[in-house]
Amino acid sequence: MNKIKLLGLLSLMSAMAYAGGYRVSTQSNKQLAMGHTGVAVVNSADILFFNPAGLVHLENKFNLSVGGFGVVSQVQYQNTEFGTFSETDSPAGTPIYLYASYALSDDLAVGLGIYTPYGSNVTWPTDWQGSHLVNEIELSAIFIQPTISYQLFDSVSIGGGPILAIGGVSFNRNVNRTLTDEQGDRSNIAIEDSGVTGIGWTAGLMFTPTDRFTFGVNYRSLINIDSKEGEATFTNFPNSNLSPFRDGTSGFTATLPLPAELTIGASYKWDKLLLAFDYNRAFWSEYESLDLVFENGVQSINPRNYKDANTYRFGAQYEATEKLTIRAGYYFDESPVQSGFFAPETPRGDSNNYTFGLSYQLNPKFALDASFLYLKFNEVNESYNGYLEGGVSAPFAGAYQSRAFVAGIGLTYSM
Amino acid sequence: MKKFNLKYIALFIAATAIVGCDEGFDETVTDAGFYSSGTADFSKYVTVGNSLTAGFADGALYLDAQKQSFPAIIAGQMALAGGGTFTQPLVNDNAGGLLLSGVQIAPNRFVLSTVTTAGTLRNSPGPAVYTGEAPTTDAAIKVSGPINNFGVPGAKSFHLNAPGYGLLNPYFGRFSSASNATVIGDAAAAGGTFFTLWIGNNDILAYATSGGVGVDRLGNTNPATYGQNDITDPNVFAASYAAQVQALTANGAQGALVNLPDVTSIPFFTTVPFNAIPMDGPTAAFVNNNYAQYNGAMALYQQGGAISASERAARTISFAAGQNAIVILDEDLTNLPNPGAPGTFLPKLRQATAQDLITFPTAGILGTLADPSNPASIIGVAVPLGDANVLTSNERALITAAQASFNATIAALASANNLAFVDARAALGLVANGGVAYNGGVLTSAYASGGGFSLDGVHPTPRGYAFTANVIIDAINAKYGSTLPKVDIGTYRSIMISDSVTN
Repeated sequence: MNKIKLLGLLSLMSAMAYAGGYRVSTQSNKQLAMGHTGVAVVNSADILFFNPAGLVHLENKFNLSVGGFGVVSQVQYQNTEFGTFSETDSPAGTPIYLYASYALSDDLAVGLGIYTPYGSNVTWPTDWQGSHLVNEIELSAIFIQPTISYQLFDSVSIGGGPILAIGGVSFNRNVNRTLTDEQGDRSNIAIEDSGVTGIGWTAGLMFTPTDRFTFGVNYRSLINIDSKEGEATFTNFPNSNLSPFRDGTSGFTATLPLPAELTIGASYKWDKLLLAFDYNRAFWSEYESLDLVFENGVQSINPRNYKDANTYRFGAQYEATEKLTIRAGYYFDESPVQSGFFAPETPRGDSNNYTFGLSYQLNPKFALDASFLYLKFNEVNESYNGYLEGGVSAPFAGAYQSRAFVAGIGLTYSM
Repeated sequence: MKKFNLKYIALFIAATAIVGCDEGFDETVTDAGFYSSGTADFSKYVTVGNSLTAGFADGALYLDAQKQSFPAIIAGQMALAGGGTFTQPLVNDNAGGLLLSGVQIAPNRFVLSTVTTAGTLRNSPGPAVYTGEAPTTDAAIKVSGPINNFGVPGAKSFHLNAPGYGLLNPYFGRFSSASNATVIGDAAAAGGTFFTLWIGNNDILAYATSGGVGVDRLGNTNPATYGQNDITDPNVFAASYAAQVQALTANGAQGALVNLPDVTSIPFFTTVPFNAIPMDGPTAAFVNNNYAQYNGAMALYQQGGAISASERAARTISFAAGQNAIVILDEDLTNLPNPGAPGTFLPKLRQATAQDLITFPTAGILGTLADPSNPASIIGVAVPLGDANVLTSNERALITAAQASFNATIAALASANNLAFVDARAALGLVANGGVAYNGGVLTSAYASGGGFSLDGVHPTPRGYAFTANVIIDAINAKYGSTLPKVDIGTYRSIMISDSVTN
């Protein structure tokens, strides 16, 4: 019972897809404030996510870091040829994180991280122009990562751990552009699954040749969320042998990949100033197609054809006063979506992302962190050509304007 | 120190507020001025016509199709360029059908069904009357409030000017302003700034769909003497139409006049081919033998000079292996005495040609037995199709002549009144001849599968109406310099499937 409650709670903690694809870069307030760099930045227990090899570098014996974000995003769509316009009314996402670390010795530290690196929550008006592609989608995944970190040599540490991912998905679209029941109500398919688990791992290495210079590398593996026990609900289908479905429910299977990711980065500390750079490569090419197979054998093939995508992150942190640290950053996020495959569930172009934030030391043990991210996606004039009707491609085209704001707050405890 | 911290925090909050105010698109299609009305004023759009204007489809006026009538689609696009609300006299339900004081006077709509009315599977899907719900629209109950759509199913040109037409036609009776009101009077009183007028189809179509059983009233300018299936006299049409244009433009309104498509544009006349009879060699020989006497008589009458060589050729019945032309009765053939039965005449038989159009309902009887106990009484072979089943080439010529005259009137009145002219005849001709490509398919007039025409074979589907709306929008933009966007016709449905047809 408690487990079900937990899963129910977790599924509420979904977040907007405001990075490429449905990756959500909100795993730390401190690090988000500096462009979400961090593979070579040892600030807090948050390093557990960015590079588990850094865990052993934390000064305190016990570190705890918790935080959350409010994510507000909006996508506008319009097609000037037909005079159509729609905008999303997506609920705010609330990604969260919790990291704890404990130093067993000077050379060995362990930790546990819980965070939500993937999520998407896009709600278009019901029956809008692109409703045959998506009316509403909600993806969520919570990762649980036990971690161990070991100082291998004086200047080299390693770390890693398994990841348990618990995912949930709900997806709702109309079956095609025009099918309705006898009352003219659009025929709709909604799928839902939660508590789907997947297993992966992460490993990292940190190299600290000098006190000032840190180099880090981290790899996070692919995790496939295989949905097998979900339920598909069919509504507003006509009473006809020609209809692909009848009203009711059925099982379905689907696989959603949470792609692997490699990060390489460095930081340089100079008195009160720290500069960081991260390069991410997300292996999105894994996401070729979202294929739903229903119990009656009917398949819904939704080509995605993502490509691997790079992110370039720059961050700076400055200890302005004894108690106040300020941070700022920028990152450029390449869209994994290729031309001709701009589905309105994640209609993202490349984005410029501006971040800033601060930490305030409340007392020797507690610090308050705040961060803010503004994402500006380039306006894209694109289409999704993967939708077929009677074997004929019916591209869904238009201009998309997306933006998102993320504000986060967190607490760090050390002793 | 504290001040210093506050400064940063204030900056943080200020930055949050600034980016929070960021707008979306620089220019949004819903912004005033994004689309122009040109020299037109779309603030109040009023439309007048017949079933096509009403949104009639699948043999009935029902809610879902009515909401996707071509005027409703145009009004939706006009709303982007200053257009106001557009109200239609909506029916209650999706049954279609019509009651008058509780008694059903018009049948429910057709759906494409895989089962018969008895519930057994059909060999292939076909039209059937929808029985999934009972009709609830009672014509005796008046539609209240102002309306913009004055499309009256069944109306002919002169009907729109006829006082008290609502008493004859319950579709108008539902929303007429008074018992002696005229359609055009009520429409003019609505005070539109922009109008479309599409009338005259029924002035020829009723004759056509009846297989030409009516009369061409050419020269008879008294419509009171006309029957339902007659062709309207061109002068009656012209006078009626001119009066309507005058009524609608009296307040200075601008508008578009829509001409009349060819009957060959609609699947009602193009679904059953003239050579719909498949036959093997031995059967053909058997049938030919049965017609040998008739053919011999034709040869003799030609030799005697009673009929021309071409009539003899037309009347010589001949079947062969493969597809064969249907045997029809043609009232325009010469009366020839029956030598075997003095005082009577030979039947006016001939085989159909590509110039003859077989009506859609004929599909249901063609090839069946006229006399169930006589296996030789196959309709279309041994038993000819009657006048009501065939629009013969002569009958078509009457329609074509009337249509050409009507269309010339419409074009001339558009020009004289400086109104947009919509060549629906040409546009629907494209649909019927090869089709019109759209995003995701090709719109054709093929019955049920073509997407353009509803299951009654005469009226468009919502997708066909959307195409029509685009054609009219094009003409409006061309005339008035407006930039009304067209609609994506692929997002409008074609026919509806349902097996809720059992009695």
